[in-house]
Amino acid sequence: MVEKLNQNDNFLKGIIKDNPVFVMLLGMCPTLGVTSSAFNGLGMGIATLFVLLMSNIVVSLIKSQIPNKVRIPAFIIIIASFVTIVEMVLEAFIPFLYEQLGIFIPLIVVNCLILGRAEAFASKNNLISSFVDALGMGIGFTIALTLLGAVREILGSGSLFDLKFVSENANTFILFILPPGAFIALAYLSVLFNKVTKTNS
Amino acid sequence: MSKKESTFFNMTLTLLVITMVAGISLGFINDITKGPKAKAILERKVNAIKQVLPEFNNNPVENVTLIKSDRAKDSIEIFSAFLDDKKAGTAIIGSSEKGFSGLIKIMVGFKPDGTIKNIAVLEQKETPGLGTKMKDEKFLRQFRDKDPSSFNLKVIKDGGEVDALTGATITTRAFGEATQMAYNIFVETNQSKN
Repeated sequence: MVEKLNQNDNFLKGIIKDNPVFVMLLGMCPTLGVTSSAFNGLGMGIATLFVLLMSNIVVSLIKSQIPNKVRIPAFIIIIASFVTIVEMVLEAFIPFLYEQLGIFIPLIVVNCLILGRAEAFASKNNLISSFVDALGMGIGFTIALTLLGAVREILGSGSLFDLKFVSENANTFILFILPPGAFIALAYLSVLFNKVTKTNS
Repeated sequence: MSKKESTFFNMTLTLLVITMVAGISLGFINDITKGPKAKAILERKVNAIKQVLPEFNNNPVENVTLIKSDRAKDSIEIFSAFLDDKKAGTAIIGSSEKGFSGLIKIMVGFKPDGTIKNIAVLEQKETPGLGTKMKDEKFLRQFRDKDPSSFNLKVIKDGGEVDALTGATITTRAFGEATQMAYNIFVETNQSKN
């Protein structure tokens, strides 16, 4: 790529114009699976952000050394290594979060957002652009997951970040904690997000 | 730098180098996290024991008895706690595979007379907001100071005395089953000693 990327736009596109969850609808498995509370969404978002950042850096650094035909397996090995590192570190130092996220940590490997950015961006751009791109995309993903988790937690458990604001016996919309509620909440949030960002631009 | 050609040699070499670097760094991280990981697991156990037993001043984690049983896959761990050489209580890990999403592992603390002191949930994969409420004070309260020999651990719907969690009867059933298993072990081990 010859033209110089505007790093500011490059960063913001991951959060607004190409938000991975609300606009590109990438990485739906963790998005729908772990966002039963705002804290889980935030934790998953940060774990993904770290993997995305590291994989984009490494892929961008060694892109010229990877023959075209084996690039996908090479990217997957790099991504899987970082995911395993995240898993081990979480288990050792933040066991609480490790328990909450469970099977979804190893599944970050197959999050198409990460492979997508490695393939579509980091393998074609320089280190700084790739770093900024990963940062923007990762933060966009984290915001989206936290938002979705917050909405589901407020409606489903009557709490936010485990702070309850309804009485212990109150009836809440349990539906929103269960998987179908994830789809419903995501759909409405997505509509809302696109409506707001479209009218602004 | 120009892109490397996709020759057989180049491809093999690249993948070999990448997997080697990945493998070495993973082994290195594993070495670093091994210690803290084991510590975290142990800490959780110690905290659970403190939660479910009356005051004690020995180290129950060192005082563990393992029992093989056909009721659980792993051997069952029994922790005995003493206060100045007097038996303070026993904590037994009970489990059930019949949870809504599989295994539920709980630690049940018994006073020497067989009544339940407290229960702590160790492992579970239940539905957040429904089954996970078994960790709540409101649910656990009904088990405290109950003697399972007179208190039926089944759900009210099944003829027992346990008030099931709303929308999580299956979880409650498994919880009762795990508690019952811990109690059975408690009775068995006490008999064999006398």
